[in-house]
Formats: sequence, structure tokens, C-alpha cells
Amino acid sequence: MTIETKIDPRGTPLVEMRDISISFGGIRAVDHVSIDLFPGEVVGLLGHNGAGKSTLIKCLSGAYHADAGDIFINGEQAVINNPRDARGYNIETIYQTLALADNLDAASNLFLGRELVTPMGFVDDGAMEAETRKIMARLNPNFRKFKVPVAALSGGQRQSVAIARAVYFNARILIMDEPTAALGPHETQMVAELIQELKREGLGIFLIEHDIHAVMKLCDRAVVMKNGARVGTVNVAEVTDDDILGMIILGKKPPQAV
Amino acid sequence: MTDVASPHTDPEQKRGLFETLEIDTRLLGMIGAFILICLAFTWYTDGRFLSARNIFNLTIQTVSVAIMATGMVFVIVMRHIDLSVGALLALCSAVMGLLQVRILPQYGIPLGSPLIAPIAMAAGILTGAAVGALNGWLVGYQGVPAFIVTLGGLLIWRNVGWYLTSGQTLGPLDPTFLKFGGSEGTLGVTLSWIIGALAAAAAVWAVWRARQVKERHEFPVKPIGAEVALSVVIAASILGFVYFLNSYLIPDARLKRMFEARGEVMPEGYTEGFGLPISVVVVIVVAIVMTIIALRTRFGRYIFAAGGNPDAAELSGINTRWLTVKVFALMGILCGLSAVIAQARLQNHTNDLGTLDELRVIAAAVIGGTALSGGVGTIYGAILGALIMQSLQSGMAMVGAEAPFQNIVVGVVLALAVWLDIQYRKRTGALK
Repeated sequence: MTIETKIDPRGTPLVEMRDISISFGGIRAVDHVSIDLFPGEVVGLLGHNGAGKSTLIKCLSGAYHADAGDIFINGEQAVINNPRDARGYNIETIYQTLALADNLDAASNLFLGRELVTPMGFVDDGAMEAETRKIMARLNPNFRKFKVPVAALSGGQRQSVAIARAVYFNARILIMDEPTAALGPHETQMVAELIQELKREGLGIFLIEHDIHAVMKLCDRAVVMKNGARVGTVNVAEVTDDDILGMIILGKKPPQAV
Repeated sequence: MTDVASPHTDPEQKRGLFETLEIDTRLLGMIGAFILICLAFTWYTDGRFLSARNIFNLTIQTVSVAIMATGMVFVIVMRHIDLSVGALLALCSAVMGLLQVRILPQYGIPLGSPLIAPIAMAAGILTGAAVGALNGWLVGYQGVPAFIVTLGGLLIWRNVGWYLTSGQTLGPLDPTFLKFGGSEGTLGVTLSWIIGALAAAAAVWAVWRARQVKERHEFPVKPIGAEVALSVVIAASILGFVYFLNSYLIPDARLKRMFEARGEVMPEGYTEGFGLPISVVVVIVVAIVMTIIALRTRFGRYIFAAGGNPDAAELSGINTRWLTVKVFALMGILCGLSAVIAQARLQNHTNDLGTLDELRVIAAAVIGGTALSGGVGTIYGAILGALIMQSLQSGMAMVGAEAPFQNIVVGVVLALAVWLDIQYRKRTGALK
């Protein structure tokens, strides 16, 4: 696949990953893939298990380091070697596993790695709990379990902690890896509403999703991957779900795709 | 997002008495078990178990294991284990013994010099830190399981000490150094009361400060009566402990020697209490510092996060490898500190110092509620665990239980404590 040098009318992309490759033990998990993301846009990442979606996106979140390729944030080349670097670029990730420390409470998880400290340098649990109560009042007003380990929370409550963590720190780029996989229909609807709201606020969102209907409903564009390579990128409004399924299953690129 | 919490599990609605008072029921259970053990032995020994003399001895016997157990909590919380603490203690002790008996006197620093104790201690503690850091590097950066690294260490370090000392017992030791052993170094009645009063005041202040912080953030606070009652119980416990240690009188013969050493004659009917042993003050300071590290520093928060979910910690930008090095190095430092106290208590270095301590230390941490699956553990639990084990052992010795039964009972208590802890966590929903 060649590097595309397209000029987009929407200006500079928020994120541009160019020609990313990464291998594990001789297996090309991601093979020269380029994707981009604009402010206020939701880009769906689709493909079978093992297609390389999560691996590609982990290069952006700092969990993996790409063997080759460049990442541009707001048009400037970015160096992301670890999750801390990614956070420095206001990239926040909601992992499929939620990545919560089950033995800690909601506030400790929300601020993990970015604790609020007192002037003496000690962890300021009071201030962190107060901030957690504030953001939870917005995201999930029925959330009351501030004092217990998150292991004692329901799936939806845990999800809201993970989402609060991503939203609290003024993310500009949000990565959501199957955010509704473990949720019931009601909670899934809430996540969908939240995505719409964040989109209106101008965040760019990468959404890894298996549910084709969710993609058709939530995403502006969809990138389909197969065997580590990009099959194509489509504007969701211009294609049918059958087109996208054809890309996922057969690797067949519809004429509208780039 | 709305309405994710189902209303019938809302904790604000059905809070029990203990929850309202925010009393740690686990801590309460452990203290209850400890009191039960004490009462049982007191009854069997016609009160000798709770005599001032026995409490004094019990506390100074517990110190060395208790210090290391606080470090073991961090190691186990991070899902590792350290089997080499007893061996490392012996090596640190060997280094300190060699410096005092053979090396430093050659360089014009004889026994009794004000420099010899600080130099020896610093060297011993540095040895512990270096070996601990090496363990941590092998575990964290090289990926060798902690069990294997420290099982190797169990074989290596005591024998390095043996080689360095040619297996000889080293003594006599510096008199200042010996003050850390227990009965040789006590603070006396007056100073003990002053320290006890300061500690009680500090504890009460901490309770009230915690309340102020909550009020500032407008969190729910306990009824004021509960805070007062808690403060009174804490202050009374501290002062009661000091009272016990103060009422253990220095034997007449020893007092006479002390007066003679000063060139005075002991007045008729003169008595003096031991007061707080320096080693006990050391363990209390270690406990406070380690508790602050666990609860109030990022370092401690990361230890617990990495133990609860290593991947989550890594993804949150925590350098878990370097964290592993720091935790093992801290364990090593505490081994060095324990070596000071163990060696001073024995009044010389012997090669078998701290033999089987790794098992006592791990047992103390585990009886104290540290979960081997990681992420859970408390410093006070480990110290109570060490105290419970030592009470069982010395109590059974006083009762005259046969040697095999002493170990059998400790083993049963270890398994029972963990079983109870698992039941407790299942009921509170912390374990699924």
C-alpha cells in the first residue's frame, strides 16, 4: 500500500498514522497501514479477531511501539513510546478490558498515574474523591460506591469509571476498544449517547467495534482491516452494511472506498 | 450516563453500624483474635502471660520479624515473594559484625567509638538495599520469577556471609550498637511516658484532621461521639502499652551494677522500670512510615495498583519494572534494619541468625491479611500477624506444650487465618 498524500478540505487531521508496521515473532500484526482522524469525527475500526485493529491502535495509545511508520498529531510528528507519552498528547484510551485495578476504589483508578497531591507531595485522596464525585454526577448520577474497590461494582459502573477516566483529563483523541462488549442494551445506549456528546464537543474518536449496526449508527467513516493490512476506508453514509461486511469477510473493496 | 447503579444495592441506604462508624471489621477481627489468644494463655498460666515481664519479652522478640513483614506486604501485594529475607538478614549481620569486630578497629575506630555503630549499621543496610535491588532487577527487568530468584538467594546469601566470616561467631559488639537489641537499650520511665503522650496526641490529631478533610470536601462524617470514642480508645491503648512496659522493673542486681558503674551506691528500696525498648520504638516508626508510604504516596498507590492489575498499571503509565526494583530494595533495607536488631539482641553475629525467618515473615504478612494473589494487604495487619505468631509460640512454651505441637498450632493458625480471610472477602464482595 502506498502512502496517500491527499489534501482534505477539512484541514489538518487530528491524528494521522502513516504506514505503520509492527511484527511479533515474525508475524506481521500490522502491515503498512495508514489511517487518519479529524476533530468531531468518529472513525470505526473493523475486522475479524486478529485483523490487527487493537494492535494498530495500541501503537497510538503507547502500549506498543511501531516497528516502522510515523504518527502525526495536529500535523506535527509525535513520538509515543509509552502510555505516558500518549497522555501527553491528550490521547485517552478505554480498553476492552477496562484496565482497572480491581482492588482500588473509583477515585484511585480515575487518577491512576496522575494522582492529585498535597503541597507536601502526598496523595490527596479527599480532593480526588471530590473530583470523582463531580464527574460521576455528570456521567452516571446514580453512582454512589465511591469507597469500595471497583471489583465490587457492576459491569456498567465499572465502564463508567473507565469512561470517566478518559473524559476527565480533557482528552482530544479518544480510543474506545469495544466499549459496549460487556454491557446490556440500556447501558449500550448510554455509551452511544456519550459518544454523540463527545463528538459535538469536537473530540476525535477511534471506535473499535464488531457490531456492524453500531458502526453504521455512530461512525462517520469506517476502516476495515484484514490479516494486518487495511482493506479500505469508506464514508459510512455512502455504503450499505453489506458492503462493509463484504470488506470484513472477503476483503473486497467497494468502488466508493479509498 | 444514567441509572447504571441498581437502586437496591445502594450502599448509602443500608449502611450497617460498622460502616457508619467506618470501623475496619477485619482489623477488629484480628485484634479480637489476638485478645482471645492472650486471654486463653493468661488463664492457662495463672496470669503470667500478661505479666509486664512477658509483654516486654514478647514485644522485643517480635520486632525483627515484624519489621521485615511490613516490607513483605509490599512484595506480596505486587504478586511476588521473597524467600531470601532470612538469608539476607544473616549476610547483613555478617557485614556489620565484620566491620565492628575486625575491620573498623584496624582503621583506628575501636569498639566504643561513636562512629562505629553508625558506620556498621549503614553498611549493613546498604548491603540489604543492594541485594534487594539485584533481586528486583532480576524479577522486574529480566523476568525471572521472584520465587526462583529468592529461592536462589536463600541458598546464596547466608553462605556468602558464612564465607566472609569463615563461619565464626563475631563478638563482642559495640555498646551503642547493642542498645538496639531490646533490654540493653530502653528509654526509661519518664522518656517513655513523654513519647507515649506525644504518640497519643499525634494519633488523636490524625483522627481529627481526617475529619476536617472530609468536612472540607463535604463528605459524610461519622457522628462526633464515635470520633471521640475512637480517639479515647487509641490514646488509652498507647498509654496502656507504655504503662505495661514501664511497670517491668529492672532486676535489683542489674540496677546495683548500673549504680556501681557510675561510682554510686544504690539507695535502699530503689526501683526503676525498663520503659520502651529502642527496638520497639524502631518498629513503631517503621510501621508508621510504611503505612504512610502505602496509603499516602504515589509509590505506595502504584504498588497496590500493579498488584491489583499489572496491565492496568502499565497502561496508566506506571513503570512497573522500576517499581519492582524499588520494592525489593526496600525489602532489603528492612532486612538490614532487622539484622541490626537481631544481632544486637543476640549480642553477637552467628551464621544461623534469622534461620527460617523467611517463613515467619511470610506467615506474619499472610496471617495479617495479605493476599498471595496480590493487591491486598496492610502494614498493621502484618505487625499484628507477627505479634499473633510470637504470642502463640511463647504462650505455648509457657504452658509447656510439646515442641511438635507448637509448630502444628502455628501451621493450623496460618491456614485458618487465610481461610477466614477468604470467607470475609467473599461476604464483603471484594472477592468474586
